[in-house]
Amino acid sequence: MKALKNYLDKIKPNFEEGGKLHWLYSTYDAVETFLFVPNTTSRTGVHIHDARDSKRTMIIVILALVPALLVGMYNVGLQHYMAIGQEMSLLNNFHYGLIAMLPLIVVSYVVGLGIEFAMAQVKKEEVAEGFLVSGMLIPMIVPIDTPLWMVAVATAFSVIFAKEVFGGTGYNIFNVALIARAFLFFSYPSKMSGDQVWVRTADTFGMGKGTVIDGYSGATPLGQIATTDAGSFGEFTFHGITGNPLSISDMFFGFIPGSVGEVSTFAILLGALILIATGVGSWKTMLSVFVGGAVGVLLVNAFAQNAMMEMPFYYHFLLGGFAFGAVFMATDPVTSARTEKGKWIFGFLIGLVAVAIRVFNPGYPEGMMLAILLINAFAPLIDFYVIDANIKRRAKRATASLKG
Amino acid sequence: MLGECEETLCGTVTSEVVRICPEDFPGITPKLTVKTGESVKAGAPLFYDKTHPEMLFASPVSGVVTNIERGEKRRILYIEVKVDETTDYVDFGSKKPAALSAEEVKQSILDAGIWFLIRQRPYDVVAAPDKAPRDIFVTGFDSAPLAPSYDFILQGQEADLQAGFDALAKLTAGKVFLSISPKSSNKGLREAKNVVINEFEGPHPAGNVGVQINHLKPVNRGETVWTLTAPDVAIIGRLFNKGTVDLTRVVALTGSEVKQTGYWKMVIGSQLKQLFQNNVTEGISLRYISGNPLTGQKIDAEGVLRAGHSQVTVIPEGDDVHEAFGWASLSPKRYSAGCTYPTLKKAYRMDARLLGGPRAIIVSNEYDKVFPMDIYPEQLIKAIIAFNIDKMEALGIYEVAPEDFALCEFVDTSKLELQHIVRTGLDLLRKEME
Repeated sequence: MKALKNYLDKIKPNFEEGGKLHWLYSTYDAVETFLFVPNTTSRTGVHIHDARDSKRTMIIVILALVPALLVGMYNVGLQHYMAIGQEMSLLNNFHYGLIAMLPLIVVSYVVGLGIEFAMAQVKKEEVAEGFLVSGMLIPMIVPIDTPLWMVAVATAFSVIFAKEVFGGTGYNIFNVALIARAFLFFSYPSKMSGDQVWVRTADTFGMGKGTVIDGYSGATPLGQIATTDAGSFGEFTFHGITGNPLSISDMFFGFIPGSVGEVSTFAILLGALILIATGVGSWKTMLSVFVGGAVGVLLVNAFAQNAMMEMPFYYHFLLGGFAFGAVFMATDPVTSARTEKGKWIFGFLIGLVAVAIRVFNPGYPEGMMLAILLINAFAPLIDFYVIDANIKRRAKRATASLKG
Repeated sequence: MLGECEETLCGTVTSEVVRICPEDFPGITPKLTVKTGESVKAGAPLFYDKTHPEMLFASPVSGVVTNIERGEKRRILYIEVKVDETTDYVDFGSKKPAALSAEEVKQSILDAGIWFLIRQRPYDVVAAPDKAPRDIFVTGFDSAPLAPSYDFILQGQEADLQAGFDALAKLTAGKVFLSISPKSSNKGLREAKNVVINEFEGPHPAGNVGVQINHLKPVNRGETVWTLTAPDVAIIGRLFNKGTVDLTRVVALTGSEVKQTGYWKMVIGSQLKQLFQNNVTEGISLRYISGNPLTGQKIDAEGVLRAGHSQVTVIPEGDDVHEAFGWASLSPKRYSAGCTYPTLKKAYRMDARLLGGPRAIIVSNEYDKVFPMDIYPEQLIKAIIAFNIDKMEALGIYEVAPEDFALCEFVDTSKLELQHIVRTGLDLLRKEME
């Protein structure tokens, strides 16, 4: 480590003002602070600081994403081999998922971080760590078959137009990863919805060659119920890609078609535990999304007209991106409400709107993305009213004291 | 934190020179009354405030003014007085505050040059003598990390303390509120008369007077309250009991790098090198602080005790440490108030590193957790940065002082200089409003 530090110190002059490689200063700085804790000491104010910094916060979120990522990768392989009618070992399934997923992650990080590094250089600021999380989220919420160039375009679009134009990490209004997904959803609908995109049927780098079996259908469970002819939920059954009926446990552990990150509610809950235990994610937001969702579903159940409207609330939680959105997207501190009371309202509205979109708009069987983006826009308004209550209380106190 | 102070009185620091830094008295513009070479008695003025010429600032010792150090724009950095062997006090005559009128009490404190011990909110500056305070708040304990015990400091000063409270009671038409902790045992505090006593229990910032005001009787727009610490009240009481200005403090020498911690008697402005010699860790770079690690003033090994402090702290500077992969560290040596690091130890050896780079405010609810006041700290900070006066007023700027944001600054993952932001905001606002 010492040799590395000495080497870094030796090459540092090249990157400083006037050095040959000054245009790479932000990159140098990012690498140096990644490797070593900066030894800058406080100039004014407190003399001691908490060990938690932005890097620590982001790394915890990534850690929380890992269970969902691993199960998701396994499921990519599982669905693939089911589609081509082969039975494979757990390791083999995971291996396939890993090599299918890696290119997406690499593209997302290279494009996003490239823009971030360049912007940091232009702004003469340190590289913010926000994209470390967004860059992991993006491949986890798009279909596994999304072409790499689309991921690159969407990532670039969202980093530039959803984040950097507002001033960078900490200033954006909308969740960056969701903007990338929304961009893809509206620009390339054929690659982002329907029943052909959720399972990778082709081989990956020569692995898993085979032809798709008869009777294959790649529709997600939410897609199935949105388009079903069944008159009531009782007559309807969810089925897997080979036509087998799906159990609740399949949905809970994540052996269903869908985006990599969202399939396993179990793994998402593990991530939620990490976020809550470390205090990085707000349990208030998470809980209130589920409460909002449950209230919405119970209302809809009471006036049910079709199978979708009759579907009990726990199916809503298990299917699609509901849990993933609640745990990893709604809790983004920058785009969520920032006051504690506001978080309750913010989460509740997301749950409610997500259910409304799912149930009343068969064109969008997945309502979570649009619900979060919509309520992101209202977050400042929610905060405004929460803070206004405090302001009014203070004003009232002042008037009372003047009279007294 | 490591380096709690042992409750023993180690001795008295005798300094060859004392240095008084006008910077320690926020909100004043110093105008000198002495020249280099002049001799002064203890209690004689060194300078006064430009806007309130009646507000004098006393010399803590008798001696000869040897140096007036100026910085940029001829700002006075410090006034140095070479200390006489025997202290010669100006005699103001001992008085009973209870028998004096409010005006007489005020005049006595102003004339003696120790008015600076009284601070005011709004703006957290030396109190303006011409504006009567609604109430006066005194904090009877210090809850900051490694903080000195006021119980110990005030031992034997019970009579001075009571005289101080009697004097303060004259200065306001409202009440004098004294806050103590459930552990406070000093009789001068617990059995103080002429004051309203409230107990505050809990971790830091329970001892911050700002928090206490917010819970007892918040400051509203247009109102002024005065604030003091209990040791300062005792100094005021001493003036009335003895008739002399005795700016001697009992100071706690603390910090993980101090070999022998303990309490020392010294006047303000005393040089501290005698305390540091052979008594601090060698071989690493150190940070010397007059005050506590949250709100104290950075000084060097040759530094002096600054005016408002009853504590001196020495911690590692940390600029010679290169820790690899801090973000992934599971080291039990790293302390975090949150839960992103394992908390295994009871006391930590903390250095002065920021442990991160400056960022925009990202994490929410971080400041609120360490800010037990009915105020939204993050929104207030943003209003100050934008210098939106209406917003600042609405969000409660008049109720806060920089020290209230010290813990927010400590836990801040974005490593922003919050106390500096608040100080600048208060100063600008004061200029704008007055």
